[in-house]
Amino acid sequence: MTTGSLAQPGAGAAQVYGSGFGGGREPANLGDILERVLDKGLVIAGDIQVNLLDIELLTIKLRLVIASLDTAREVGINWWENDPWLNANASRRQDDGHELEQENQQLRERVRELESGQKGRGNSRPGRESRGTARRMDLRDHRPR
Amino acid sequence: MEPHGVWIYAITGRASAAGLGELRGVGGGPVRAIAAGELTAVVEDVGLAEFGEQALRRNLEDLAWLESTARAHHRVIGALARLGPLVPIRLATVYSSDGGVASMLADRDADFLAVLSRIRRRQEWGVKAYASPRSEPDDASAGAEAPASQESRAGAAYLQRRRGQLTAQKNARRQMLADAETIHAELSEHAAGARLHPPQAPELTGNKALMVLNAAYLVDDEHGTDFASVVTALAERYQGVKLELTGPWPPYSFAADEESEGVSERALRIGARDGV
Repeated sequence: MTTGSLAQPGAGAAQVYGSGFGGGREPANLGDILERVLDKGLVIAGDIQVNLLDIELLTIKLRLVIASLDTAREVGINWWENDPWLNANASRRQDDGHELEQENQQLRERVRELESGQKGRGNSRPGRESRGTARRMDLRDHRPR
Repeated sequence: MEPHGVWIYAITGRASAAGLGELRGVGGGPVRAIAAGELTAVVEDVGLAEFGEQALRRNLEDLAWLESTARAHHRVIGALARLGPLVPIRLATVYSSDGGVASMLADRDADFLAVLSRIRRRQEWGVKAYASPRSEPDDASAGAEAPASQESRAGAAYLQRRRGQLTAQKNARRQMLADAETIHAELSEHAAGARLHPPQAPELTGNKALMVLNAAYLVDDEHGTDFASVVTALAERYQGVKLELTGPWPPYSFAADEESEGVSERALRIGARDGV
């Protein structure tokens, strides 16, 4: 079989890439190769065998790839979203409550900024300021701390 | 002469190591065979200055070194896989002498023969499912206007709207995970074995979309085309996820003895935990 069959699957429904194994196709991406040669494949006790999990770079940058399925289960199916090592945007994507909290924090900062900016420019109007305060209290209601 | 070690790529049956030709390994040297009984280990002599324990520790931290070494290891295994069934060995397994390799082969020959028989005339195919862009509700639109609004009521309405969006997002993800489970179950029926891998980091895939399935299937050589057609059909049926098929691979994911049923059960438990 083989590589000939790879060209068949259909009109863009599923993307197909080679593994660099069949020959003549786009080489497999590095993530797929690392996943297989670092985490799959048989482990036998060589005389010299470095514990790959001891490697700092691997532990930090490739942890997701070599993490065990059990870890995934412990942390939940969306665990990779919450891991700051694995996802630079993790803080933005954390669970709902936390995300709202963060947004509240941002809004509070923004309000404070606007208020102080108005004072600084000496054009503060009592009406606006009191509304600003009301808003801040409203936000605080949603954010017990 | 520089002290050297013996780097192992794979274990094959007796006849399979012939025809390696000009194949070069991780250290740039030729690969050769060490035979014991019915088995052969395909190895390369590597200098310990680069592949000794301390050196490996250091070099594995170097992504460029890691990439070229991983690709070279994979290239040798791929070339061997075209010659016959093999058990791929994990990267960075080094013996100090041929004798150590031969006695390892002798000690574990029953295990190796069992794996070889399981993967004979079969190949590994990888299937990943990503969240397709339209199943991931976009949250960028929400942030812009809210901070500018001055009414306290607008703030509350914003929070409520935001909560609604997050719920929709959560439901969409739940649906995708359910689809991924179904896809995995169906593909498993068309395979002699199945393994679930943890989803990959976006940094590695170069794909920002959420990966909801990362699986490997052991498929009979003659059913490879059928398997690819099943993937295509599933991709059309489940538009909420984007499927990606890779392969054929040497049977990396099936080198260790693990019951595929056990893995599927674990996957189901993951789904259950998330309320899918």
